[in-house]
Amino acid sequence: MGIAKQNARMSRYMVSPSVLLLLLWMIVPLSMTIYFSLIRYNLLYPGENEFIGLENFEYFLTDEGFGPGMSNTLLLVGSVLLITVVLGVLISVLVNQAFWGQGIVRVLLISPFFIMPTVNALVWKNLLLDPVAGVFTAVWTFFGAQPIDWFTDYPLFSIIMIVSWQWLPFAILLLMTALQSLDQEQQEAARLDGAGPIALFRYLTLPHLARPIAVVVMIETIFLLSIFAEIFTTTGGGPGYETTNLAYLIYSQALLQFDVGLASAGGLIAVILANVAAFFLVRLVGKSLTDK
Amino acid sequence: MLSLKQRRRAQTVVLGTIAWLVALIIFFPIFWMILTSFKTEIDAFATPPQLFFTPTLENYTSINERSDYFHFAWNSVVVSFGSTIIGMLIAVPAAYSMAFFETKRTKSTLLWMLSTKMLPPVGVLVPIYLLFKDTGMLDTKLGLVIIYTLINLPIMVWMAYTYFKEIPKDILEAARMDGATLFQEIWKVLLPMSKGGLASTVLLSLILCWNEAFWSLNLTASQAAPLTALIASYSSPEGLFWAKLSAVSTLACAPILVFGWISQKQLVRGLSFGAVK
Amino acid sequence: MADLTIKNLRKSYGETEILKGINLDIKDHEFVVFVGPSGCGKSTLLRSIAGLEEVSSGEIFLNDKEITELAPAKRDLAMVFQSYALYPHMSVRKNMSFALELAGQDKETINSKVDEAARILELGPLLDRKPKDLSGGQRQRVAIGRSIVRHPEIFLFDEPLSNLDAALRVQMRLELARLHQDLNATMIYVTHDQVEAMTLADKVVVLNQGRIEQVGSPMELYHHPVNEFVAGFLGMPKMSFLPGKVKSVSASGVTAELTSGYEIEVPVSSDSIQPGSDVNIGVRPEHVIITDKNSSKFQAILDVAEHLGSDTYCYVKTLDKQMITIRTPGDFLGTFGETIGLNLDPLQCHLFDTNGKAVPRLSRAAEVA
Repeated sequence: MGIAKQNARMSRYMVSPSVLLLLLWMIVPLSMTIYFSLIRYNLLYPGENEFIGLENFEYFLTDEGFGPGMSNTLLLVGSVLLITVVLGVLISVLVNQAFWGQGIVRVLLISPFFIMPTVNALVWKNLLLDPVAGVFTAVWTFFGAQPIDWFTDYPLFSIIMIVSWQWLPFAILLLMTALQSLDQEQQEAARLDGAGPIALFRYLTLPHLARPIAVVVMIETIFLLSIFAEIFTTTGGGPGYETTNLAYLIYSQALLQFDVGLASAGGLIAVILANVAAFFLVRLVGKSLTDK
Repeated sequence: MLSLKQRRRAQTVVLGTIAWLVALIIFFPIFWMILTSFKTEIDAFATPPQLFFTPTLENYTSINERSDYFHFAWNSVVVSFGSTIIGMLIAVPAAYSMAFFETKRTKSTLLWMLSTKMLPPVGVLVPIYLLFKDTGMLDTKLGLVIIYTLINLPIMVWMAYTYFKEIPKDILEAARMDGATLFQEIWKVLLPMSKGGLASTVLLSLILCWNEAFWSLNLTASQAAPLTALIASYSSPEGLFWAKLSAVSTLACAPILVFGWISQKQLVRGLSFGAVK
Repeated sequence: MADLTIKNLRKSYGETEILKGINLDIKDHEFVVFVGPSGCGKSTLLRSIAGLEEVSSGEIFLNDKEITELAPAKRDLAMVFQSYALYPHMSVRKNMSFALELAGQDKETINSKVDEAARILELGPLLDRKPKDLSGGQRQRVAIGRSIVRHPEIFLFDEPLSNLDAALRVQMRLELARLHQDLNATMIYVTHDQVEAMTLADKVVVLNQGRIEQVGSPMELYHHPVNEFVAGFLGMPKMSFLPGKVKSVSASGVTAELTSGYEIEVPVSSDSIQPGSDVNIGVRPEHVIITDKNSSKFQAILDVAEHLGSDTYCYVKTLDKQMITIRTPGDFLGTFGETIGLNLDPLQCHLFDTNGKAVPRLSRAAEVA
């Protein structure tokens, strides 16, 4: 047997466990979800599992939680992306200059990313945003402003704030690293050509960051579409449906109301949404990941 | 008129100050959490919030009072390490063969692996929950290990792959010429050369497992619940002891925070699927 | 004993054929150099011999034993890589002993072999260092040491000097020549540098676009290139080619008229040449003499003169815009734009037919002797 054939065979053996596991992980639960979404299936009423076509989808789409769930999901993803990318670019450019204690500053900046989501949510909800004893209240009072009851008056905004704090370091970390590979000679050449700091940023730094920004957007989108723990531990989706996103809506239907069929229909809609987003993002970024 | 040198220095001071300010604001919640963990419950809830107080270790000494902290911590450790070890055993050979024996399908396989991360967990929550219920894996550490291994596998393959890609093929060929078998080539040449990269792959996996809070909240109750679930339980009204919450949170986050600091540079590669180095 | 025979070796990647049927015999103790422009397939050929590359068809024999499909480790060949490919996590000693340890030799034998190689290559004081603490030349020596300890049938070198600076390259070239003498081993060496090929080789193999153009000793190739490619590839500065037409043929040679109108009779066989056909006259820089402009009918304008000290290379343009390179003594004093006369030595000129093939010389036997 030839060397190339041996290699090909061996490489198949080594790759196949990963591929098979991931294939199972994709196909089995997903096809179950599809099946469940087409039958009547509530854990509270066992034995009535007849085929009902698209009825579950109809129920899910007309559910009073679906509209808010959908718009909250998009609002959450969009706002957090905007905040983290804009601030991420500014902060990473800021700390890319040499100054005293640069290393410590970087460590401080990326720390929130390593805090577990449940801790993040509870620390913000209680220690910082509490309307009575929270730090924000104290700051507001100090400046003579009326303290805000964040989770009652601006629940979704509060969630956006918390999640942005968690994900901003991710953007900073990636962009900071990307900036280190910025071509110094190119910068110097541009400076000799008479480019000022703004021109440098606009024509050299930003284009250089285009790919890392795309990566940040792609990966954050994946995770932000299914934000769950932060909502679960703070608002429980409320008040009303004000902080319910799709992930939380499906969770509440499946594990609180035990309606497997309905939750599966919702799950599929979430999958479709994620894939629509992912399709473009992976097409956009994925190609450049492997073409090096 | 300032000289160029003076102007530069002034600029550095101003920008440095701004950078420090931003960093301190961003770090403040963590700082405040750690600070609160050394307060009494009364100090913790004082208005206005206290920056200066008599510190106490009471929250740490009584850590087991409300719930068995070490039980949850142990679950976190077992699940994180278990999943990381299994994940490495599966991911490293795959990354090796894709990095050094590239076939026509390698690139699309890698992209496909990445795309499995696009599957939102809620899309498969119901069947996984039911499967686990039927097989008795609900609220077991094994169940979490399996799930974590699967969700982190693509990231680990990618990260190991990008590290392997950097090892010159020549060196492995030299080993082959020197008479190394496949196993010797991997064990004696490849792994020692990439131990830094593999160590950060391990760290990233540990971090992701330790902080995971969708599956742990949905698939565990009391037996297998890790720290993320323990802390979520503090959200209930009777759990609102800020100082204790802070102490438990600080303990739960400290190891991962340190891991993150140590490996920040290398983590970028895994987190960005190799697109940023 | 290490005779290597390659029979009709082919290698393709998908549609592109890298090696298009290679036939080659390499004798024991020979120093063989594969030379050619980048992409000519010389490295692929070497890697096929090493077993690192699978061939599409054809056979490789080592001492009459077929090794075409054998794993690299079982071929008893050692290779020195262009990047040196040292194991970065192992000390110099460990780098050299690795193969012997894998082969299960006992500690004493290993140590004596490593020490012996270290002595030959003067690596003694460096044995405990890691590759990253070595200079380029030292790394190169370790890479060679790693192959010496194994006493392989054949040493393979893949452009081993191309990562060194110019001075070091000359030094290592001499060391390699000496090493070949000392070890009396068979070596196959790939390079794109014709100076390395000329200075090191017993036998040069010139490759171009996956084919062997010519095989022979350096002097044979230099003086009797079989075609324009070999003629142009070997020699620094390059041979100049002047287009012309055959005016007449006779027993004493072929008379060609260059495009500038200058006529020259080259003593080559006239068997295959018809009057009126297009030919190229090739002449090496050292075979053109600059004379006063009035003493030659062949005139040109001096373009650039490069003063190297020992020699001066003159690049001149004939009146019909052909470029000729001339090697003159170091004290040549010519000025830019000056009109000069040229004298070509017909005995040293090469004549290439329309297909670029060299027309055989009449006086070949006498000249080589």
